[in-house]
Amino acid sequence: MHLDHPETMPQRHTHSAEPLRADGTRRALRVGLGGPVGSGKTASVAALCRTLREGWSIAVVTNDIYTREDAEYLLREAVLPPERITAVETGACPHTAIRDDISANLEAVEHLEETLRPLDLVLIESGGDNLTATFSKGLVDQQIFVIDVSSGDDIPRKGGPGITTADLLLINKTDLAPHVGADLATMATDAKRQRGDLPVIFTSLTSDDGIRDVADWITAHLTEWHHKAAA
Amino acid sequence: MSRAALLLLADGRFPAGGHAHSGGIEAAIAHQAVHDTDSLQTFCRGRLHTTGLTTAGLAAAAAAGVNPLLLDDAADARTPAPALRAVARRLGRQMMRAARATFPSKDLERLAAARPQGAHQPIVLGLAARAAGLTPLDAAYAAAYENASGPATAAVRLLSLDPLDASSLLAHLSTDLDAVATAAARAADRATAEGVDALPSASSPLLDITGEQHAAWTVRLFAS
Repeated sequence: MHLDHPETMPQRHTHSAEPLRADGTRRALRVGLGGPVGSGKTASVAALCRTLREGWSIAVVTNDIYTREDAEYLLREAVLPPERITAVETGACPHTAIRDDISANLEAVEHLEETLRPLDLVLIESGGDNLTATFSKGLVDQQIFVIDVSSGDDIPRKGGPGITTADLLLINKTDLAPHVGADLATMATDAKRQRGDLPVIFTSLTSDDGIRDVADWITAHLTEWHHKAAA
Repeated sequence: MSRAALLLLADGRFPAGGHAHSGGIEAAIAHQAVHDTDSLQTFCRGRLHTTGLTTAGLAAAAAAGVNPLLLDDAADARTPAPALRAVARRLGRQMMRAARATFPSKDLERLAAARPQGAHQPIVLGLAARAAGLTPLDAAYAAAYENASGPATAAVRLLSLDPLDASSLLAHLSTDLDAVATAAARAADRATAEGVDALPSASSPLLDITGEQHAAWTVRLFAS
């Protein structure tokens, strides 16, 4: 029976999570944004694109539950040219596409890399999901979990892998806190308890430059990513 | 050979992109051709004996060592709808990524280099089976089972069917699966001597038509 010997194969067979492209150059940094439906993932992606697009070459992959809704929002808002935005179908199962079977997302990212080189940053937006949704490390380098104050100020206390393990927790829509009776101090304390030293940023995208802290966080990672490339 | 490798290849959780595809059932449900467990079973049986037989033949032939580039042309000839060709190649690319990581082989590397945009999925599946030391019949079983289980799983999500009914339906199709896989493997054996024309070329024109239409939908849950 035919059987090749894996140990003699010289190269790795997946380059998904490898920081280098096949030609040895450093690929774009990949940042995933996940979180429940309506927490402001797409609005955050749009704001990040507006803030970062002057300094960096950016592309976006969306994972709509219903295809193209989020991609079309980004196109309508004209945050990036259309060729920089790709939508991936998830077969009614958004967490599968970002965690268990990432192949469609990897394809989309790699296609963007090939057609738009040089690319600095790819934002991968998950379809709205539950508190257990996390990105595979084979797909993204950093992940941001987005929740909002109007869905209940007990969400940080409830925890779940998204809340506890994301590289950045973004608590959005702070402008609504007084209207929905959300206690931001409690949310901050609970988030700290769940996440230890991992960062938490409160945002309100209705205010000018409300995304600034998040953009700075990504910029810091981009700078580090490029320093590694130069090293 | 390791029979366990067949379980891995046939597992719906094998990360090769299949979960985002409905095998035409999303369109069939939209046209109300499929609306319950009975109509789902009819759909799956019909698909299995047409495109299922054709894909199983291609997979078995690849596992039997037939030239994969000739098989890729043969798959194009057996897939008249451009949208479904594109899907088959995209899934082939995704299967290639998973197969190179799980069952690396020189055959897979050669095909990946020759078809960077993806070969038809069953051919990659067949080469992966070959690399894992499985038989052409095993490859035919994996392709045929996926052909029926894909739409059945998608229909559970789309119609909120009882998942136990869907599993029972697949169990009822066992005899059909046996027949299709066996016929496909026999044809693949003939193809090693007679060439790719010996492979099955059954098709389902309605799936081709609705597949083409589905690709143009602006709102859909599944990629195909």
